[in-house]
Amino acid sequence: MVENRPFLNFLTHLVLILGVLMVVFPVYLAFIASTHGPTDFMSGIVPLLPGDQFSANYGYLLGTGESTAGAPPFLLMLGNSLAMAIMIAVGKIAISIISAFAIVYFRFPLRVPAFWLIFMTLMLPVEVRILPTYKVVADLGMLNSYSGLVIPVIASATATFLFRQFFLTVPEEMMEAARVDGAGPMKFFRDILLPLSRTNIAALFIIMFIYGWNQYLWPMLITTEPHYYTVVMGIKRLANVLDGDNQWNLVMAGVILAGLPPVLVIIFMQRLFVKGLVETEK
Amino acid sequence: MASIDVESVGKVYTGGVRAVSDIRLNIADGEFIVLVGPSGCGKSTLLRMIAGLETISEGEVKIGARVVNEVEPADRDIAMVFQNYALYPHMTVYNNLAYGLKNRGTPKAEIDARVAEAARMLEITQYLERKPRALSGGQRQRVAMGRAIVRKPAAFLFDEPLSNLDAKLRVSMRGEIKRLQRRLGTTSIYVTHDQLEAMTLADRLVVLNGGRIEQIGAPLEVYHAPASTFVASFIGSPAMNLVKGELHGDKLAIGPAMIALNGFAPTSGAVTIGVRAEDLRIAREDEEALPFRLEYTEELGAQRLIHGTVGDQQITAAVSPEIALSPDMRIAIDAKRLHFFSIDTGKRLPGNVPAEAKLAPAEPVL
Repeated sequence: MVENRPFLNFLTHLVLILGVLMVVFPVYLAFIASTHGPTDFMSGIVPLLPGDQFSANYGYLLGTGESTAGAPPFLLMLGNSLAMAIMIAVGKIAISIISAFAIVYFRFPLRVPAFWLIFMTLMLPVEVRILPTYKVVADLGMLNSYSGLVIPVIASATATFLFRQFFLTVPEEMMEAARVDGAGPMKFFRDILLPLSRTNIAALFIIMFIYGWNQYLWPMLITTEPHYYTVVMGIKRLANVLDGDNQWNLVMAGVILAGLPPVLVIIFMQRLFVKGLVETEK
Repeated sequence: MASIDVESVGKVYTGGVRAVSDIRLNIADGEFIVLVGPSGCGKSTLLRMIAGLETISEGEVKIGARVVNEVEPADRDIAMVFQNYALYPHMTVYNNLAYGLKNRGTPKAEIDARVAEAARMLEITQYLERKPRALSGGQRQRVAMGRAIVRKPAAFLFDEPLSNLDAKLRVSMRGEIKRLQRRLGTTSIYVTHDQLEAMTLADRLVVLNGGRIEQIGAPLEVYHAPASTFVASFIGSPAMNLVKGELHGDKLAIGPAMIALNGFAPTSGAVTIGVRAEDLRIAREDEEALPFRLEYTEELGAQRLIHGTVGDQQITAAVSPEIALSPDMRIAIDAKRLHFFSIDTGKRLPGNVPAEAKLAPAEPVL
């Protein structure tokens, strides 16, 4: 496809630019809205240029929160979300890399059934098992706690599967060479597999971080104390004013705040992320 | 440094597949042994059993005086060079070499000294800070060797270490392995399917076929007195000619042709005759010889291989390129250079030692 035709170039660029505009425009609009006063969007004319309420809106949201709508300060919720997302991502990676290591490198009874069991849970979304899980968590007294937010979603069949596939591509001789070099299983894991999985870990971290950050249903079910609210829930709270008009400027500011961290993670880890998905270093 | 004794070793994989049976092999301290055979003959399995990477189903392996059947590879005091090198891609060359020593808790100063010495020996000193990715095939091969050398093990185990290299590099690395092994005097076991590599490297060859030893011997011994038709066809290039013949008293009949043996016949009746291509020559007018129908020739420069048939059997002869060829030429055989094999078992018949087998082995001047 190394063609150089001006018309085709023009066409492809047009399509790409239109696509980007379609995706970016709503985000832009949300940002614009978050910099205006509460009534500007009710007038019927949508402003397209930033207003002068940027610091007022964000400052209010981050520091005070919208208590009438039942939303605590966003700073707290951002902190909660960050803690939850990091714990979920790190936990998922730690657990799945160890289980994949066990499945690939050890011969134990019921190894294959164990793998298929893990693999089958891929097909069960959280929503299907949400009521039994809720019951278990409630009985364990983990409602309204970080452990309740994190532990029920901490196992990942996807990540286990991906690590397994990666481990299978590592030549067996590598393990044998390590054995001859006097490295036991755990040493081999730490000195060789872990560094080799670096890019995979980074890629999975991003995916799992965003997964954790975007958790909505589960945190909503198990947290009733504002102290444990996450930011995605907070937006819902903001938009859910019982009487009176929605404060769209604040809602949009909340949306921008909630969307920012995943974007930052991707921007800063993009290099590793792309490497992890594309390159197999052997 | 140690001797290695393989006593009645066999390998049966789970599922009942038998890979190796009843291998008996005593390797002296400092000896260079080459295990050679076609793919699937069990040579790698045998090596991996000695290394400890495969469990030993039957028999015993001794390194030095110690039975190592149940000993972990790391504790067997061996070092292995793998076909794909198996270098750790995320470590620098230095760390690749040092890893095994670090795991053994060798002091840092000693690691430095040993790595430096191995690197100097292999001429990879300037690459010590590089990652394997940034090295060429030959350099990676050297690093893999270095990883074995730094350990100063009792034995080196090589698993087809040269088969990923191009032909030219293979020849030079072959020389280097030999030189290194002579210099270090370390017992070595080397697995290859390349008979030329086997011939050039070995103090003693072990020819394997179907999980069994066909023959053990010095390269020239195996070359000049192959124990079976399998060894005869496997060792040497071009392969030894094997034709069906019949012994009538002192005469040998190959197809319609008949030649006198002058008392070299070990038996009578149907036999398989083996004769090396270089032991055949184009006959003079007046001698007793086999009629040869030429099919095609291959020029090797110093030699010319002529392929054709005697009766309906394929024969290849190596002749001087200066001799003119004609379609109705005849091939003469020196009866002293014939090998006789049983037609049923393929085994060499007793009382049949060609004169050339007693050549003095060339002692290396190293």
